[in-house]
Amino acid sequence: MVKRNFRDTRRGFVGKGAAIGAALGAAALPRAAFAAPATQMAESVKIVSALPMTGSSYGQTSTVVNGIRMAIEEASRMAGSFFVEFEAWDDATAAAGEWDAAKVAELANRAASDPNIMVYIGHFNSGAAKISIPVLNSVGLVMISPANTYPGLTKPGKGERGEPDIYYPSGFRNYTRVIPADDLQGAVGAAWAKTLNASTAYIIDDTELYGKGIADVFANTCPKIGIRVVGRDGIDGRAADYRAVATKIRAANPDVIYYGGITQNNAGTLLKDIRGAGVNKHFIGPDGIKEKAFLDDAGEDAEGVWSTFGGVPPSAYQGELADWKKRYHDFAGGEPEPYAIYGYEAAKVALDAIARAGVRDRNVVRDAVFATQNFTGLLGTWSFDANGDTSNTTMSVSRASRIGGKLDWVLQEILTAPA
Amino acid sequence: MTSCDFLAQQLLTGVANGMLIALIAIGYTLVYGIIEMINFAHGDVYMLGTFASLTAIQTIALPVPRRGELPPLETYLKLLGVLVFVMLAMALLNLLIERLAYRPLRRAPRLAPLISAIGVSFILVNVGLLWKGAAPVNFPNYIPRVDIFNEWFKLKTVVYFSTKDLFVIAVTLPLVVGLQLFIYRTKVGCAMRATAQDREAAQLMGININRTIALTFLLGGALAGAAGLISGLYNNTAVFTLGFRAGLNAFTAAVLGGIGNLTGAMLGGLFLGIISALSDGYIGARWTPAVVFGLLIVVFVFKPSGLLGQPSSQRT
Repeated sequence: MVKRNFRDTRRGFVGKGAAIGAALGAAALPRAAFAAPATQMAESVKIVSALPMTGSSYGQTSTVVNGIRMAIEEASRMAGSFFVEFEAWDDATAAAGEWDAAKVAELANRAASDPNIMVYIGHFNSGAAKISIPVLNSVGLVMISPANTYPGLTKPGKGERGEPDIYYPSGFRNYTRVIPADDLQGAVGAAWAKTLNASTAYIIDDTELYGKGIADVFANTCPKIGIRVVGRDGIDGRAADYRAVATKIRAANPDVIYYGGITQNNAGTLLKDIRGAGVNKHFIGPDGIKEKAFLDDAGEDAEGVWSTFGGVPPSAYQGELADWKKRYHDFAGGEPEPYAIYGYEAAKVALDAIARAGVRDRNVVRDAVFATQNFTGLLGTWSFDANGDTSNTTMSVSRASRIGGKLDWVLQEILTAPA
Repeated sequence: MTSCDFLAQQLLTGVANGMLIALIAIGYTLVYGIIEMINFAHGDVYMLGTFASLTAIQTIALPVPRRGELPPLETYLKLLGVLVFVMLAMALLNLLIERLAYRPLRRAPRLAPLISAIGVSFILVNVGLLWKGAAPVNFPNYIPRVDIFNEWFKLKTVVYFSTKDLFVIAVTLPLVVGLQLFIYRTKVGCAMRATAQDREAAQLMGININRTIALTFLLGGALAGAAGLISGLYNNTAVFTLGFRAGLNAFTAAVLGGIGNLTGAMLGGLFLGIISALSDGYIGARWTPAVVFGLLIVVFVFKPSGLLGQPSSQRT
């Protein structure tokens, strides 16, 4: 844990150093020079991010944090007349290897009690958001998520009973997300299964909020488009193997296997055991497995796995997005992971809202975030609806393919989710 | 696949998994039998065993066979070398743990070494985290997957029993049998049993208690190391949290069989493997931990000392 935190700090410095270097070299020099005195004069506000910086999501989330930093640096750390401070918090623990409920509650309470914090960017996992939304709701602090896709957080009737109102005890909304929710992604997964000529599906989830939620959407979409669900199982993400489950799948003999869940809940082992049982049918998963960690763990068995994603993967960026990718590379080094751009967009929205609000008041900033309409960002021109959901519905399907001997996610098709 | 085939398949899966659990459970039971301490770090020694074998395999750059291809005999000889290495390494690690964390507490109240063991467990988990990172890593596959019933015996069956499952059983059994012989047929084994029954009396008979206990930890570590390599080759994955669940399962198996009893640990492991597989197959994987521990409670209600448990004075 120590090593990782250290690495993060260091990376943060490298990023800033590069940005300042770029600013000094370019015509932005006077602006940078003005920015310094502004620190003393302008009132400051704080934006924090709460994402897992320990554990195997780190490869993904460190680029999200870089995206946020990049957006703030590009605005010379100013939002309107306010100087913006940024802190990256870690909602994971080394012992868990992923987000941890106690840690999330601790961060949410810390944010609630710091009056300088105007915007809370987080979380990476929907289960974590479920814990922090009510805490932040009680103090009216707005939250923008770059990655949560569980529908029940915002959409009435798309989640469990009582959702989403149970998360908003104060009676108003304080949660938004810049990524399309899973009621779209799960449906796209099912539509893709149909494209692969499937007539039967076996559905597995990791029994977490995100995984089970998206698997439920997939399951509900199947009968509507003529796919029969022949089996459904929830796996224990810490089990040593899944051979018994694999046997069940073999007995059910489905055309596709859908896994709703994340890499960290043993998706690689599950896939290996399914292939080991001699089942070579299509394996489709959501964005929770669309990362390098999954390919590393599953090894050669990963070839041919399909993954949906609520956006366009970095490998397919074109035009403005390609420029952004280049700027990202200059800023942070390396390539952005798929969610990095959502971190960038979330920070942009935050800065815009703070500027429009014009006062250091959480309630005004929150209203300003919700009033984001026809926002021209990198993800196109989009708006937040009353639920805090983005109007953006661009989705993509990728395939794990071998390129020059190495497995990587290759974009297969960009589609717009059915409304 | 008929329901009969399905049952047979789940039973076979359960046996192979159960053997692996048994191998770890024996390590728990061995230590408990001698010093009546639950060595919570044992599961993590097993995890480090998997990591150590992975590193050893990468260091000697053992070529990974292509899918469906039989690697040359040389590969297996080298793997045998890795097995010996990892058994030795984990034996020494376990010995070191005993020397540093448990021996100074031997005369302390019962809870002290228990807490110390939990502390060691945390240290080992973090060593694993720093060593291979947080994400599960791929363990290359050296054991070709051949359908034994269909291809070797030309039986027309859908029940799938591969060479990989056979491999687990074939490597685990000799280890377990060897251990039994060692404990019941050798003089040192006799010293271990004597120490287990009455430490003071054994000492009066001229048995070096410290050496005997150290030997027990050596054996336990070696078995954990072997289990690490076997599970790596069998499951083809390794992650730093592996030890916790494996340790819990093995500990449960050891208690189920009657802690302190070698045959009991073996039996408990098999029992646990089979029950888990049946529960996965017939009830649903999300219920398996609840089913396993529910059954454990039922067993204890009727047989508090476990399946083969004896009153504590006649253990091992």
